[in-house]
Amino acid sequence: MSEELLTVRNLVTHFYTYRGIVKALEGVDLTVDRREVIGLVGETGSGKSVTALSIMRLIEPPGKIIGGEVIFDGRDLLKLSDEEMRRVRGKEISMIFQEPTLALNPVLTIGLQIQEAIETQDIRKEDTEKLATVMLEKVGLPDPERMFKNYPHELSGGMAQRAMIAMALSMKPKLLIADEPTSSLDVTVQAQILDLMKKLVEEIGASVLYITHNLGVAAEICDKIAVMYTGNIVEFSDVLMMFEEPLHPYTQGLLNAIPKLGHDLYTIGGEVPDLVNPPTGCRFHPRCQEALDICSKAKPQLIEVKKGHLVACHLLKY
Amino acid sequence: MGDDMFRNVKNEAQRFVDKWAEEHRYQIQDVKFTMYLWRRSRLSLVGSGIVVALIVVSLLAPHLPLYDPFELNVQNRLLPPSWEHLCGTDQLGRDILTRMINGSRISLMIGAMVVTIASLIGLVLGLVSGYFGRKIDEAIMRLTDMFFAFPRLVLAMAVAAALGPGINNTMLAIAVVSWPIYARLARAGALQVKNEIYVEAAKSIGAGHMRTLFLHILPMILHLIIVQATLDMGGVILEAAGLSFIGLGAQPPSPEWGLMVSEGRHYIHMNWWVSTLPGVAIVITALGFNLLGDGLRDIFDVRTRR
Repeated sequence: MSEELLTVRNLVTHFYTYRGIVKALEGVDLTVDRREVIGLVGETGSGKSVTALSIMRLIEPPGKIIGGEVIFDGRDLLKLSDEEMRRVRGKEISMIFQEPTLALNPVLTIGLQIQEAIETQDIRKEDTEKLATVMLEKVGLPDPERMFKNYPHELSGGMAQRAMIAMALSMKPKLLIADEPTSSLDVTVQAQILDLMKKLVEEIGASVLYITHNLGVAAEICDKIAVMYTGNIVEFSDVLMMFEEPLHPYTQGLLNAIPKLGHDLYTIGGEVPDLVNPPTGCRFHPRCQEALDICSKAKPQLIEVKKGHLVACHLLKY
Repeated sequence: MGDDMFRNVKNEAQRFVDKWAEEHRYQIQDVKFTMYLWRRSRLSLVGSGIVVALIVVSLLAPHLPLYDPFELNVQNRLLPPSWEHLCGTDQLGRDILTRMINGSRISLMIGAMVVTIASLIGLVLGLVSGYFGRKIDEAIMRLTDMFFAFPRLVLAMAVAAALGPGINNTMLAIAVVSWPIYARLARAGALQVKNEIYVEAAKSIGAGHMRTLFLHILPMILHLIIVQATLDMGGVILEAAGLSFIGLGAQPPSPEWGLMVSEGRHYIHMNWWVSTLPGVAIVITALGFNLLGDGLRDIFDVRTRR
């Protein structure tokens, strides 16, 4: 069994809109090892969620996965039939969402929805109810038997996210994709949810792809971090290395932009470019203070500059 | 002793009721609120009254002290309304009230059957159309366009004429022309609901198309279909009466309302009641269902609920 669970190679996803082709992913490379927590960070619109949905093959028209490979556990997910892919979802890869209260169907009880998650995977009906109650207990919801009969609107955001985690982990997936699962919760609840997720994931031995724009959260739970900018991975390394010695100017900017007491807030100049007509060369060069001539001409490749530290930037070559 | 036992049983029952009420307090609140909305709208109350009265009368028809709707009695032909014959008699001496009450069964059955068939066909096609989109959507929607290009009644006449007269064919003809509106409604609903995050979430845990469509999308658009079906009942009854009136629907001696109006029109200048009273029955029925449908729309509307 190899160490690599998920390898994404040169993944390209486009959206065909009235204004033109939105190049949401321009060739994403990403590796998730077994039992590893990878943080995917970046600004709004950098393609974090599209990466997640592309891996799950849940991109709806007008979006389309143009090319690349998503090797999961030895199979290319992009080559599976729809039915085979459906069996992968939930059982091998599952997902939790940003707004837990919107991610639960308002007209079905919590228990029924967890049961449903289990049922999609050909388990005997009688066992599903028991298993669902056990899951509710595991995620720390009080009085799971009663919770089973509750509707989503009777739950708080934190409780709903616990229920979502129960749903996502009920089939013991190998990979959990968490799309900003704590952004809509208040800070104390965030910490609880993070702890719970970490504990349960370790228990079932799953890997996590954790999408967030909160570097603090990423630092706390991730083993490695991938920084995304306009549909490209610009830097990928160990958490410690990333925070101690960020190499890409964009990452440096992001880290500087974390508010510190007593200092003026640092901002990265300019704004996120239009993905219909992205800048030539390095997508970041119009906002980069150290940009060279070559930066506007050639797109830098993601190369390993140190062991386990990948960066896509021309500055490091000269 | 016996008293004690009685009290124990009573307490036990009371406790059981209390527990049930506590567990279902949200549902009870919801039902109470629905009743409140219902009472608040006088017109929908009137509509519900008419519809309920019609259903009760039509169900009880065989047990009511009425005449035989088919028995001819030429001596009593064309009697004006009296205590003996509340709505008078027709050209063959049959009691008109009796025939109207028996006719209500036919009308309600036609309405219920047509609306059920049409809404089921429309619902499934519309859901599929909105959910899958693209070519399937295009094909189904252009098909509905073809139906919308003709006035409903004209198209129903053509279909009924092609199939031949008879109540079953009438129902078929009207169902064939009424499904497109349900398909459009279901499609619009499906388009809206399929982008909800919980639908995406359901897919992300491995729900297939069937499960997504019928468990996650269908319940959210059902209220649209129910309201439309209720509003449609009146229209369908009216259309069935229309088809019977021109001879393409029910055939004599059926006590179908449209047919009764048609048969009475030769006598209308001397004996107004023969045609008029079944006509009034049609109007009241159609009105009742429309008022009820309007009321239901307000009750189901989220904006009035929260």
